[in-house]
Amino acid sequence: MVNRVLWIIMLVAGLTAPFFAYPVFVMDLLCFALFACAFNLLLGYVGLLSFGHAAFFGGAAYITGYVIKAWGFPPLLGIAAGALFAMVLGAVFGFLAIRRQGIYFAMITLALAQIIYFMILQLPFTGGENGLQGIPRGKLLGLVDLNQSLAMYYFVFAIFLVGFCIIYRTINSPFGEVLQAIHENESRALSLGYDVDRFKLQAFVISATLAGLAGATKAVVFQFAALTTAHWQTSGEVILMTLVGGLGTVFGPVIGAITVASLSHELSAFGSWVQVILGAIFVVCVLVFRRGIIGELHRLFGGR
Amino acid sequence: MSMQVILAQALLGLNVGVFYAMLSLGLAVIFGLLNIINFAHGAMYMLGAFVALIGYSLLDDWFGISLQIGFWASLIVAPLFVGVLGIIIERTMLKRLYELDHIYGLLLTFGITLILQGLFSNYFNISGTPYSGQPESLSGVVNLGFMYFPTYRLFAIVFSIVVCFATWFVIEHTRLGSRLRAGVENSALTQAFGLNVPLMITLTFGFGCALAGLAGVLAAPIYSVSPLMGADLIIVVFAVVVIGGMGSIMGAILTGLALGLVEGITKVVYPPAANTVIFFLMVLVLLFRPAGLFGKER
Repeated sequence: MVNRVLWIIMLVAGLTAPFFAYPVFVMDLLCFALFACAFNLLLGYVGLLSFGHAAFFGGAAYITGYVIKAWGFPPLLGIAAGALFAMVLGAVFGFLAIRRQGIYFAMITLALAQIIYFMILQLPFTGGENGLQGIPRGKLLGLVDLNQSLAMYYFVFAIFLVGFCIIYRTINSPFGEVLQAIHENESRALSLGYDVDRFKLQAFVISATLAGLAGATKAVVFQFAALTTAHWQTSGEVILMTLVGGLGTVFGPVIGAITVASLSHELSAFGSWVQVILGAIFVVCVLVFRRGIIGELHRLFGGR
Repeated sequence: MSMQVILAQALLGLNVGVFYAMLSLGLAVIFGLLNIINFAHGAMYMLGAFVALIGYSLLDDWFGISLQIGFWASLIVAPLFVGVLGIIIERTMLKRLYELDHIYGLLLTFGITLILQGLFSNYFNISGTPYSGQPESLSGVVNLGFMYFPTYRLFAIVFSIVVCFATWFVIEHTRLGSRLRAGVENSALTQAFGLNVPLMITLTFGFGCALAGLAGVLAAPIYSVSPLMGADLIIVVFAVVVIGGMGSIMGAILTGLALGLVEGITKVVYPPAANTVIFFLMVLVLLFRPAGLFGKER
């Protein structure tokens, strides 16, 4: 029930948003929403806390920016290249990180992501602290000029919907059921004959790829790949978005991303106080609001 | 490249290594008893440095107190301050999370890190403020035979190693330590024997934080004091902890020291890899000895 209403709200709001809000801002929200949904697939449904998702988000942004700018890739192919990069990186990170459990998993992903951050900082093509600037938006399939903001908007919204549907489908498939079984009781799932590590790795790769898709899209929207997108603080932000919206709920990360990103945007005039406020929200969420916004809605109206 | 350059860098690396050792030691002690990874450990380190800085040069400006807390006094005041803050955090917040998945402890302390970093970023320059309270007696250089080395850095190395080994001794070889280890092994049973485990947990958390604060004071005269000084350090320390495994106190100390050395030497051998070499070593350890060098599978 709640989910059906939310589907309708999301589609209507998504289709009409550019007419009453600044399109670039909404596109930014959509990228973060997809990023948070991808992250939630891991933490919310498999119980794996990755503290390194910024590496996929930021890494893909740089790859997409580079292939479009230097090799003249068209936008769709460029974004695909970024997502592909995130997929490969996700396979490597996942392979290493699932060797340890729980809290170690978080520390390993964080440390691995730091390698990518330093590589971006030091490699010659990335522009160091200035980021990769001047990425052309180009023409979609050689036909639609993405410099028109409405065309760009609906392109981004379509990407978001594709990513969202992949996640929705994954969660509601037999594969997703196994993931949730692993979350509930890992040794039980193992004893039932499921190759737990393989399922974890597959979930990790899907999550990384979609996080990369979000980052790649963001780079095209802003025509800019920023160093901050690969910083661990971005990994922290996506955790906060998921937590605020509701861990393990389909729509939670979307709501959470909109809430947190809008808040950071509104408060950006206050400088470092934004960090203090985000930190405080983190603390409050962990202590008393662990279900998140959508989680509370489900508690009130039922369903998941 | 002469042997001398490498030795000099190795010593400077050891200087970083003692900070890794102190921080990973604190993390390991806390993890042992609470099963929580304290993300705020880096922020506690930063806080220790700031207590020293504010105590030395800003008390008069800020609070109108005409008092100057010198370096030696800071070595006591800052860890106390940070330790008490840790105790308050444990009592008011962390203890509500023990029944839950351990990742909530990490997330809570991550939030606290953001708060502390943000607060200090409002009042202090991100690129750092120099600490000028380094005592006269530790200025200058000493002749080590093969090279001249800053006296203060040598002091920081020796002092930290002494603190680390004292901590190890207390935990492994005293009555207090044996109670602590009993609590780590089986907290319910330890409590049944009449030991106050919740109190032990609180004090342990405070002690771990105090160690980080102490490391911060020691770092203040070497690096400039900045709100972000702990942020990148803590991630390296996480890698150190993954490499060493948190099973043993001595393991945490030795891994920290060794990795500092490795990092220092990398700085001369292949500089671009200096800030990632520890992460790459972590990858190797995960491939060949997933439980960590000193770790037990758990």
